[in-house]
Amino acid sequence: MEYEVVIGLEVHAELSTDSKIFCSCTTEFGGDPNTHCCPVCLGLPGVLPVINEKVIELAVKAALALNCEIAEYSKFDRKNYFYPDLPKAYQISQYDLPLAQNGYIEIEVDGKKKKIGITRVHIEEDAGKLVHAELGGYSLVDYNRTGVPLIEIVSEPDIRSPEEARNYLDKLKSILQYSEVSDCKMQEGSLRCDANISLRPKGSKEFGVKTELKNMNSFRAVQKALEAEVKRQKKILERGERVVQETLRWDEARGVTVPMRSKEEAHDYRYFPEPDLPPVVISKEYVERIKSTLPEMPQERKERYMKDYNLPEYDAGVLTDSKAIADFFEACVEKYHDPKTVSNWVMGELLAALKTKDAEIDDIPLTPSHLVEMLELMDKGTISGKIAKTVFKEMIETGKRPEQVVKEKGLVQITDEGKISEIIEKVIKENPKSVEDFKNGKEKAIGFLVGQVMRATKGKANPQIVNKLLREKLQ
Amino acid sequence: MKISKKDVEHVANLARLHLDEQEKENYTKQLNSILEYMEKLNLLDTEDVPPTSHVIPLKNVFREDKVRDSLSNEEVLANAPDAEDGYFKVPKIIE
Repeated sequence: MEYEVVIGLEVHAELSTDSKIFCSCTTEFGGDPNTHCCPVCLGLPGVLPVINEKVIELAVKAALALNCEIAEYSKFDRKNYFYPDLPKAYQISQYDLPLAQNGYIEIEVDGKKKKIGITRVHIEEDAGKLVHAELGGYSLVDYNRTGVPLIEIVSEPDIRSPEEARNYLDKLKSILQYSEVSDCKMQEGSLRCDANISLRPKGSKEFGVKTELKNMNSFRAVQKALEAEVKRQKKILERGERVVQETLRWDEARGVTVPMRSKEEAHDYRYFPEPDLPPVVISKEYVERIKSTLPEMPQERKERYMKDYNLPEYDAGVLTDSKAIADFFEACVEKYHDPKTVSNWVMGELLAALKTKDAEIDDIPLTPSHLVEMLELMDKGTISGKIAKTVFKEMIETGKRPEQVVKEKGLVQITDEGKISEIIEKVIKENPKSVEDFKNGKEKAIGFLVGQVMRATKGKANPQIVNKLLREKLQ
Repeated sequence: MKISKKDVEHVANLARLHLDEQEKENYTKQLNSILEYMEKLNLLDTEDVPPTSHVIPLKNVFREDKVRDSLSNEEVLANAPDAEDGYFKVPKIIE
């Protein structure tokens, strides 16, 4: 039987505030354990949480960027469970009256646009971090992260494949980064994703039994975990058995989903209204004001790049995927006349280098003016395209200006015909066989000879001149 | 009886309360009589009354996004029953 996959995603994104959601402790990542804590986030008796106004602003901004309706009246609730990562034994979250509902994200599936619904966006506080001791029957707890503001973004079960899930996450991340509500650093836990997945016979309207997947530390892991779970559920259904509704943990090393022994036997959180926090009432004027601060979103920017810079759709998509990269590209294009050349370097050398280094553009010393100056050196004929790649690598490592790199490494292109002629003579003498081949009509042989000249000059000879002179001499 | 002994056991377990048999019996009875009394409220027509979540007439109480000093690690751990290397130390939780 053919099955249809049904996936819904729950994403937690950390909001970019300076202080925590209900107290004035810093939200800075890391720090010595239990040094970003105060009586409020430790849940000591007699304290009163007070909402950080920036949290409301950023959450509304995110919800608007996700095309949601903002609730006029929203409140906080206590979600009760005993687990040592929660010092209060409850998490302050939002239950029946979330901040925003009914949004969507547009993704592309096989070149066609598809809307994935967003059920809700609500605000909550993060929990602490548990460190499990290798030996001994105890765990260690760090409450620095407790009370860091989060939004939870719950999608509709509109996603139909692990690939679509990946697509949705990439798009969501880019929207959150564009609207500057979250830095979305997965390695620092600023973005986390859980997935609900079920299978049903194709054409069926009813949902199958779903499982919940946790512990996926990258978008790639989400996709892989979902792929593994599709296979697992399919096998169960094909045997005529039933899928058990349970929470599974993704085991990255083994590439399988394994049942989690649950924190609490039943998900019985006994939500009730948080009496310490008055409700949040949001006016239409406030929503309009926040809306007016929303920057251009990735889709709009992509379309503008195609129109204004005449870039192919593929280029425009890659460049606008990350706001930081798009900003870098635009800063270059302001000072350099040819957007396509800039695009080639950014998409090629720059993105490849960032990927190898697993770094963000802010982490490297390269600035737009570095790239522009380098392109100008190429235009002047000071360096060849090949040399430029060497210069580029050096700039990324050291942040030195291109001219300095060229000077220090002696990379100036050789355009002196006399000098190149000398080398050509030598190469011709050393490779009589290839010369013979060329004269006998083997056009390919000249490529080899050009290569030898380039090698002898460590790639510094101007390739056009080498080609021209070689042909002249072999005529 | 709206509340069974099983419900009492479930709620007690969620709240990490250990009840003996006698207590379970007592609470089952008491909770039932409380709920029965509350049932009287259902006689009122509340069709047009919005649910109440807060009784104090306040809304939008916010603070500025400003960082202030946190407690020192020593102060944070001052009441901890057990600690190690700056962390709270708790019984192992198996996931």
